[in-house]
Amino acid sequence: MKPYKSLYIGLLLMFLFNSCNENTPQLVNEDELITTVEVTLKSNLQTILLKSIDLDGNGPAKQVISVSEPLAKNTVYTGTIRFLNESVQPYVNISEEVLAEAEAHQVFFQAPAAFGTFVYDDIDANGKPLGLEFTLTTGSSDTTGDLKIILIHEPNKSNPGVSDGSITNAGGSRDVEVVFPIVIQ
Amino acid sequence: MHQFILLCWASIVFCVTGFSQNTISGKITTSELNALSEVHIHIGNKTVSSNEKGTYSIINVPNGNLNVHVSHIGFLPIDTIIELKSNLKLDFMLNRNVALLHEVVIKQAESTTTKSVFEQKIKRETIEKYSNLSLGDALREVSGVSSLRTGAAVVKPIINGLYGSRVPILNNNVKLEDQEWGTEHAPSFDINAAGKITVIKGASGLQYSGSAVGGLVLIEPLVSKIDTLFGKTILNYDSNGRGGSISSSLHKGNTKGLSWNVLGTFKYIGDRESPNYVLSNTGNREANCTADFKYSAKKLDLTGFYSLYHVTIGILSASHIGNATDLYNAIETKIPTIVRNFTYSIQNPKQEVQHHLAKMGATYYQNENTLFSFQYAFQFNKRLEFDVRRKEYENTPALDLELATHTLNVDFKKIHHDWDIKSGFSVSYQNNLASPLTAIRPLIPNYTQFDVGLYSILTHRFSKSFLIDSGLRYDLSTINAAKYYLKSSWEKSGYALQFGHFVVGESTTQWLVEPQFSFQNISAYLGFLKTFDSNLNWFFNVSLASRNPNPSEFFSEGLHHSTGIIELGDLRLQQEQSVRISSTLQKKIAGFGLEINPYFNPISHYMFLRPTGFETTIRGAFPVWEYQQTNALLFGIDVESHWNWNKKWVQNLAISYVNGEDVSKNEPLIDMPPLNLNSKIQYTNPKWNNVLLSLKGDFVFRQSRFPNTNFYTDISVDGNLESKLVDLSTPPSAYQLFHFYSEMKFKTFKNSSTTLVFSVQNIFNTEFRDYLNKQRFYANEMGRNLQIQLKVNY
Repeated sequence: MKPYKSLYIGLLLMFLFNSCNENTPQLVNEDELITTVEVTLKSNLQTILLKSIDLDGNGPAKQVISVSEPLAKNTVYTGTIRFLNESVQPYVNISEEVLAEAEAHQVFFQAPAAFGTFVYDDIDANGKPLGLEFTLTTGSSDTTGDLKIILIHEPNKSNPGVSDGSITNAGGSRDVEVVFPIVIQ
Repeated sequence: MHQFILLCWASIVFCVTGFSQNTISGKITTSELNALSEVHIHIGNKTVSSNEKGTYSIINVPNGNLNVHVSHIGFLPIDTIIELKSNLKLDFMLNRNVALLHEVVIKQAESTTTKSVFEQKIKRETIEKYSNLSLGDALREVSGVSSLRTGAAVVKPIINGLYGSRVPILNNNVKLEDQEWGTEHAPSFDINAAGKITVIKGASGLQYSGSAVGGLVLIEPLVSKIDTLFGKTILNYDSNGRGGSISSSLHKGNTKGLSWNVLGTFKYIGDRESPNYVLSNTGNREANCTADFKYSAKKLDLTGFYSLYHVTIGILSASHIGNATDLYNAIETKIPTIVRNFTYSIQNPKQEVQHHLAKMGATYYQNENTLFSFQYAFQFNKRLEFDVRRKEYENTPALDLELATHTLNVDFKKIHHDWDIKSGFSVSYQNNLASPLTAIRPLIPNYTQFDVGLYSILTHRFSKSFLIDSGLRYDLSTINAAKYYLKSSWEKSGYALQFGHFVVGESTTQWLVEPQFSFQNISAYLGFLKTFDSNLNWFFNVSLASRNPNPSEFFSEGLHHSTGIIELGDLRLQQEQSVRISSTLQKKIAGFGLEINPYFNPISHYMFLRPTGFETTIRGAFPVWEYQQTNALLFGIDVESHWNWNKKWVQNLAISYVNGEDVSKNEPLIDMPPLNLNSKIQYTNPKWNNVLLSLKGDFVFRQSRFPNTNFYTDISVDGNLESKLVDLSTPPSAYQLFHFYSEMKFKTFKNSSTTLVFSVQNIFNTEFRDYLNKQRFYANEMGRNLQIQLKVNY
C-alpha cells in the first residue's frame, strides 16, 4: 500500500504548506502612475486652476474634474502643467521626469477654434516643443466647450505638423488624456 | 453527477462478459524441465505471464487461427500459429539463447496513450523543417490545430478552437508549467528537442491531466534504442529576419547500461519584414540546452533529465498603445505607427523567459507485462516582460513572475490477458511569486497551489478487431493567493459581502486579500476501436473533463499593457465542464488514406473574456474585459487525406472547420479559427539523391462568425469630440499562401549524410492579416521568406 502512504504524506504536506503563508506580497509603489493633472492659467487679473484627479489609477473610481472659474475673452493666459502621482506619500512630481526626458514627450491641446490659440513656450534639447509651459490667447466671443490635454510618450516630433501642435502624425502612446469643460465669457 | 459517472464507468468496465469460448492453459519449462516463471505469453489478442510454477491460463479465447508468441529474457522466443476448436493444453519448452552475449533487458512495446482516440503524430523529419520556428508552428501540421499568435515568434497551439489552460503540453512526461494562461505566452519549449509530437484531441489523456478540455500535446525526445553513437547538426538561415539558428545534438544509445543525449540550440533573428515595411522590434533570440541519461539494468531503468529554455522576444513596437484613441488610430490607418530600418537589436516592449526543467525517474519492470514507474520533476519559470516606460524604469520589467513547480508521479502498468491496466497518482506543489519591484501592480498575484490526482485506465480487447477503452480520474486542487486589490475595484466587483473574510490587511487605497479555494473534480472517458476487415478503423470516444479557473481568470485586475485593455478576473468563477463526443473513421486502401474526425463538444461554465464597458482614467478611456462564464457549444470536423498517385507523387489534403457558439447569449464565440484548407503535392525520387520537392497551398477563409465587441470612443476632430466606432471585432479577409520546399540527401562520408534544404514561405509575398494574431490591429503578417537548411547526420 505504498502509494497510499505517499498520498497521505502528500496531503499532510499540503496542509503544512497551506498553514504557513510566506507569499504575502509587498505593497507595490506605482511610482510612475499619473493621478493628477494640474493646469494653471494666469492672466493679469486671474489665476485659474484646472484639475483632474483619479487616485486609483486604472481602477474603476471616476476621476474628479474641476475648473475654478470661467476664462475671460481676449485675454492672454500663461499656462503651466503639472503631472503628479498623489497615490503615494509624499506625492511625486512626474512633470520633472517629463521635463528631464523632454525629447520623448509632448503635450497637445485640442479645443474648438473659438477658444483661441495655444502656443508652446518651452522646447526640448532638439528645439522641438514640449508643452509644460504655454500661452493661451482667448478668442473674442462667448463660448463653451471641451479642452482636451494629451501627453504623448515617444511622439515623432519631426513628422509634419507635430511641432505646430497637431497630434495627427504624432504616433507614440498616450500617457495622459483628460478633458476639461471650459467656459469663456 | 460524480456518483453516476463512477457507476457507469464501473459497470461498463467490470461487467464485460466475454462472448468467447475456449481456455488455453499449460506450463512453461526450460530445456532442463525447470519451471519458468514471468514468461510473456501472447495468444491472439491476449497477454499473460506464467506464475512461479511455470503455469499459465488464458480464458475466453475464440475459435480460429491464432498467433502464439512466447518469450523470456535470455531464451529463444517461440512463434507459432494454432488452430483452436476447443479447450487446449499447451506446454512450451524454451531453449536458452546462447548466441546472445549481452542479456537483453525487458522492454514493453511502445503503446499509444488512448486507444479509442485517433492520435495524430508529427514525425521527426517534419519537426526538423520547423527547426528555426517554434512548437506552435510545427503543430499546425496536424489538421484541426491552429495557432494563436502575438507577432511572429509567440505562437500558442489551438486544438479544435481551444487553447491555453485547456491544452496542457507534456514535455517528456512532465506537464509544462509556464504561465500558459496568457494569450501572449508561448510554450517554453525548444522545438529542436522534440523527437516525436503526438496530439490527442479531447480530454482522454487522463494519465496526464483531467483538465485537458481542448486536448493534449505530448512531446517525446529522440531516443535511440540500439547500441550506437550518432550526432546531428541543423543550420538554418532565413532571409526574412536575416538570421538563423544552429542546433547540434549527440545521442548515445544502448540496449543495456548507460545511454545519453545532449542537445544545444542557438537562435538569432532580427526584425521580420512584411511585404511593404519592416515589422520593427520583432527579432528574437534563443539559447537552449538539454541533457539526459538513462541507465538500463536487467529490470530497472534509471533516468535523469535537465533542460533550459531561454528566450528573448521583441514585441512589435507599433503594438504598444496608450489608450482607446491610439487603438482607434491603429485600426483606422492600417499602417504601423512605428517603422524603423531593419535591425537585430531588441528594444522594449519585449519578453524574456527562462524555463528550467529537471527530472529524475525510475522504472521497474516486474516482467514484460508489468511495470512500476516513479518520477520527480522540478520546473522553474521566470518571465520578465518589459514595457515602454519612462527612462528611470527602462530596465525594470513591467511584469516579473517566478513560477516554481514540483511534481511527483507514480504509475503502474500491467497487461493481463486481454486487459491493459494503467493506474497511478500525481502530487504537485506550485508557487508563484510576483516581484513588487516592477512598480506596477502585478496582474497575476502570489499564490501557492497544491494538486493531487488519481487515475485508472482500463482497456479490454474483446477480439482482434474490437476493444473498449475507459478511464477515470479524480483531482483535488487547492489554491491560496495573496493580493492587493484596489478598494474601488473590490467594491465595484461586489466582493465585500461574499469574500469579506478573505481580507487580512489594508493600505490607504488597497485591501490585502488572501483568497483560498479548493476544487474536486472527476474526469472520465469511454470509447471503443472497431477494426473492419476492409482496412477501416472506427474510433469512438466520449470524454468528460473539468477545468478549474486559472490564476489569471480568478485574480486579474488591472491594465494589461500588452493588449491595452483592463482585464478583470472573477473570484466567483466555477469549474468549467466539458463533454466531448468524437469519432474518427480511418480508411486505408492501396496508396490512399483518409481520416475523418467529427466532434461535438458542449462546455458548461465556459470561461472567457467578454467586453463589458469602459473605464475612463487619466490616461484616457480603456475598454474593460471581464472573465465570465457561459454555456458554449463547439462542434466541427477535421479531415486529412493522402493519396499516393504512384511511387513518386503524393498528394495531401487537410481541412478543418470549427463552429463555436455562446449558447446562453446566442452569439458566436470569439477567437475561433476560421475554416482552413491546405493541400500539398510532393515529388520524391530516390535515384536522384532522394530529391524531394513539394508545393503547398494554405487557404484560410474569413471568419464570418464573430461576436460584436466593437465600442465607441470620443475622438477629437478639429478640436471637437466625436464619438467614433473602434472596430475590434471584424475579422480580416481570407487569404491564400503558397509555400515551396525542396531537399536533397548526400552521403558525405561512410557514416554520415548531409541534407540540403531550400524552401520558400509565402512565395507571392502576399499581404495578409490573420484573425488569430493579437497584433492584427497594428501590422501585416510576415512577407516572403527564403530559407536554407543544412542537416548533417554523423
